[in-house]
Amino acid sequence: MQKYSIFNLVKNAFSNHQNWDLAWKDPTPKEEYDVVIIGGGGHGLATAYYLAKEHNITKVAIIEKGWIGGGNVGRNTTIIRSNYMHDENGLFSEFGMDLWRKMSQDLNYNVMFSPRGIINLAHSDAQMNAYARRGNSMRLNGIDAVLLNREQVKEIIPMADFSDNVRFPIFGGLMQPSAGTARHDAVAWGYARQADSMGVDIIQNCEVIGFDVSAGKINGIRTSRGNIKAKKVGLCVAGSTNILAEKLNMTLPIETHLLQACVSEPIKPVLDNVVTFGAGHFYVSQSDKGEMVMGGDLDGYNSYAQRGNLPTLQHVLTEGIAMMPFLSKLKMLRTWGGIMDMSMDGSPIIDKTHIEGLYLNCGWCYGGFKATPASGWTFAHTIAQDRVHELNAGYSLNRFSTGHLIDEKGLGTKTWIS
Amino acid sequence: MLYINCPHCGMRSQNEFSYGGDASVKRPELNKELSDQEWDNFVYNRKSLRGKHLEFWQHISGCRQWIKVERDTATHEIFKTFKADEEVA
Repeated sequence: MQKYSIFNLVKNAFSNHQNWDLAWKDPTPKEEYDVVIIGGGGHGLATAYYLAKEHNITKVAIIEKGWIGGGNVGRNTTIIRSNYMHDENGLFSEFGMDLWRKMSQDLNYNVMFSPRGIINLAHSDAQMNAYARRGNSMRLNGIDAVLLNREQVKEIIPMADFSDNVRFPIFGGLMQPSAGTARHDAVAWGYARQADSMGVDIIQNCEVIGFDVSAGKINGIRTSRGNIKAKKVGLCVAGSTNILAEKLNMTLPIETHLLQACVSEPIKPVLDNVVTFGAGHFYVSQSDKGEMVMGGDLDGYNSYAQRGNLPTLQHVLTEGIAMMPFLSKLKMLRTWGGIMDMSMDGSPIIDKTHIEGLYLNCGWCYGGFKATPASGWTFAHTIAQDRVHELNAGYSLNRFSTGHLIDEKGLGTKTWIS
Repeated sequence: MLYINCPHCGMRSQNEFSYGGDASVKRPELNKELSDQEWDNFVYNRKSLRGKHLEFWQHISGCRQWIKVERDTATHEIFKTFKADEEVA
């Protein structure tokens, strides 16, 4: 594989950049693989990469119905953080933060990781207390957290509404300075390029139509491009998890819901951090192009539509304008939607299943993008070793039966109700 | 914008409704011996169908009644609405 470097950039300039290698190939499916990963999104691509890199398993195929990176990894708001209270989430995400910091070097692909800090705003004394508790839990897990008072928040984001006459005055906030954003497409492409160079087959435009299971063991998959034998199969299909689970006669603690995001027209740099509204569900950051990137609540009903509905967008942006009134002056540039695998406790599942050789990675709710490296790393471990790593031991499928839920935000079983 | 035909009030915008989830899920009968699996299926496990989906909505800013709605989860087309206690064939 051609290394991306300043020297190669100069060298290729002499041939008008016509002779660069393709970033990844377009192979036809082989008859058999050691591992088949279904889903060519961020998590699937990362899983294949870590299978090859960490476990030396390279007879791997990624099966993607559309094109790689066309789902949620291309539709998110690029926020990376590990500001969780519970150990399972905190340690898992902080492990991911380490991978994020090294990712551009690791993948030889600039993912534009920008640790600009995230601020969760608090709007009451009770919320400040809750944030102090969460911040302390984070620090005990080695994650950076700073509790900010009103004046400190004002210094960082003076454009927020600090007037006296507001429904939700800003009392302060909890900041994770090491959190940030990254270029989402680059993450998918970087993982794809490296995985491909190590021998992984990235097979696009290939829909899974069934599974070949006998005597409780997976033998392969049936696809629109023929049958493929596989010793192990990993599901990494986010919002389509239930559709594939149905083909396996599995019912999962997952519902597929619609989540929207939007960007404004580009403006000059105004916001250095990621900021979230504490009295609702709204978050905003500014992209390198200058667009304000915003998102918030689910549309609220089961959906596979991948496009949103105006009432929710209006609701979300109302919160945004309450937090930062200047947003009302901006024109909307684009809005879009993706379909989320909402789990019943708001936390993900990375686990084995009752079918031997079939592994499950789903339930990412609002937080799939930032989990991409850690999810891929732990899922690769789970598949390669046929046992969960301690980092994803809490993300078990049977926690819903045993009662070991990870209800980080106390949302309980109805994540869409909040 | 979805428009939902409330069987009590008529056609209203989705802004007046709140969602209540899969209406095909049946609460296990009282006083019956139940396995953990049965409780799991009631509390957590969902089919989350792509296509025709029977679901509960509450007309929260209207008559406040719970209703059932048959809706396509891929196209958002609403086929039919029912009163909450109405049997759906």
